[in-house]
Amino acid sequence: MSNHTIPIVREQDFILIRSHIQELCAETGMNLINQTKLITAASELVRNILNYAKSGKVMMEIVSINARQGIKLTFTDEGPGIENLQAAMQDGYSTSSGMGLGLPGAKRLVSEFAIQSAPGKGTIVTLIHWKDGH
Amino acid sequence: MKMQVDDTMQRNNLVSREELQRQSEELLTALLQAIKKGNFDNVYTDDYAQVNDILSDISVMRARQGFSPRETNRFVLSLKQALCDVLEQEHAGTPEVLYKEILQVNSLLDNLSIIAFETYIKGREDVILRQSDEINEISTPVIRVWEGILALPIIGTLDSSRTQTVMENLLQEIVETGSSIAILDISGVPTVDSMVAQHLIKTVSATRLMGAECIISGIRPEIAQTIVHLGIDLSNIVTKATLASALQVAFARLNLQVRSIDRMAAPLLK
Amino acid sequence: MEKIPILRMGPFLLVTIQVDLYDQLALNLENDLISSISKTGAKGVLIDISALDIVDSFMGRILSNIASMSRLMDAGTVVVGMQPAVAITLVELGLKLHGVYTALTIEKGIALLQQQFTLRTSGQEEDTSSQDE
Repeated sequence: MSNHTIPIVREQDFILIRSHIQELCAETGMNLINQTKLITAASELVRNILNYAKSGKVMMEIVSINARQGIKLTFTDEGPGIENLQAAMQDGYSTSSGMGLGLPGAKRLVSEFAIQSAPGKGTIVTLIHWKDGH
Repeated sequence: MKMQVDDTMQRNNLVSREELQRQSEELLTALLQAIKKGNFDNVYTDDYAQVNDILSDISVMRARQGFSPRETNRFVLSLKQALCDVLEQEHAGTPEVLYKEILQVNSLLDNLSIIAFETYIKGREDVILRQSDEINEISTPVIRVWEGILALPIIGTLDSSRTQTVMENLLQEIVETGSSIAILDISGVPTVDSMVAQHLIKTVSATRLMGAECIISGIRPEIAQTIVHLGIDLSNIVTKATLASALQVAFARLNLQVRSIDRMAAPLLK
Repeated sequence: MEKIPILRMGPFLLVTIQVDLYDQLALNLENDLISSISKTGAKGVLIDISALDIVDSFMGRILSNIASMSRLMDAGTVVVGMQPAVAITLVELGLKLHGVYTALTIEKGIALLQQQFTLRTSGQEEDTSSQDE
């Protein structure tokens, strides 16, 4: 099973990340809708990193528990971190001019979502999307 | 030895005698080969790869054929009695050796039966997964009622995985047919709670994003009551009591008219 | 600098987005489109997104912004050809495309723009949004 890390520095990096996720989706046989959800969630998180931390990286891998296969993405940055996690996970909360859907929206799109962050300590977001989308 | 084993196993009548014979011969041959290598302890090594493969195939097949776990496991465990009988004959005079060998055979077959059981369960899970997919598929037909009008009768509870299938099927069909109106009929949905309502609203929103309109029909009186009591807001959605009145709205949107033919004029049409 | 072509179709403008939209390109599109409306006096904008596999909240905001800005300049906005997977994802994401109208095909989009234009000129202002809340 391949795991692959791609740095996130510029907007265009997303194109590379996305094509790699597409490959993983093809490998697991994930359908188009779940693939679209996962890539959209990834897009939100890449934007978040570029907006707040300026740079970071993402690790992409296939995971399986019992017969279930899924794709796991781990976004890591060493940016300023998030001061109020609870607020950041609420719809409409944004410190920039965004719609404030980034984090909570991404969470709604995938099966599992975890975030770790503290001011000055950067942010780690882990998400898993199972092949069946649940 | 083969004879003994076969005898024991023919108690099962879900597979043919020949099939059973073939399976046990296959398994026995592989097992004998593995045992020859002198490894009695670890069944997860390469020595037992072939045995494990055969065992897995048989277990998965049995899960699909509807064998009970007991029957599947007995297939493996019946070997125990047979092997012990053979050992008893061979080592009748030396009880210490007999005891040791029986112990080894026991633990070996226990391990094999665990493998058989694990794969049996996996086989069953696959069956369940496939069935739930099928149920999802079957229970969400999209009907082309008229040029430009789709209808989707929903029967049963609407949970999130079902909603996803409904949305997928509906939106795909909208693209394929270029239909601009979809009617979701919920007469077959037993109850509408806030979760179900949320799913309905999502489906309607997705339809609108595509550029089509969605009408919900089949609102029974008790459903109307629960919707209001739960404070669910469906005011942005066109809702109708019956599929017929939803169709009427759809026809009107498409500037179509349904009329009964004048009796006097009818013969002229023939 | 890469650009997304804006075509003129009678009183309307047509934009077909066929490439991956990264942020700067999307912002350029917003600028170009608004200045085209002002230059041509267009009465409506059709944005064909049938080639887009992904629309995230940023793209959604751009579409909403274009709609609101064109509206201020008396032009309607219709997004055409959204893919099913994109529509489902947007709904799950919780994104509402405020002020954006949608149509299945370009023909239907043009018909919708024409209908809105007639309504506007006849003095009856239509409802601001086709999207539910």
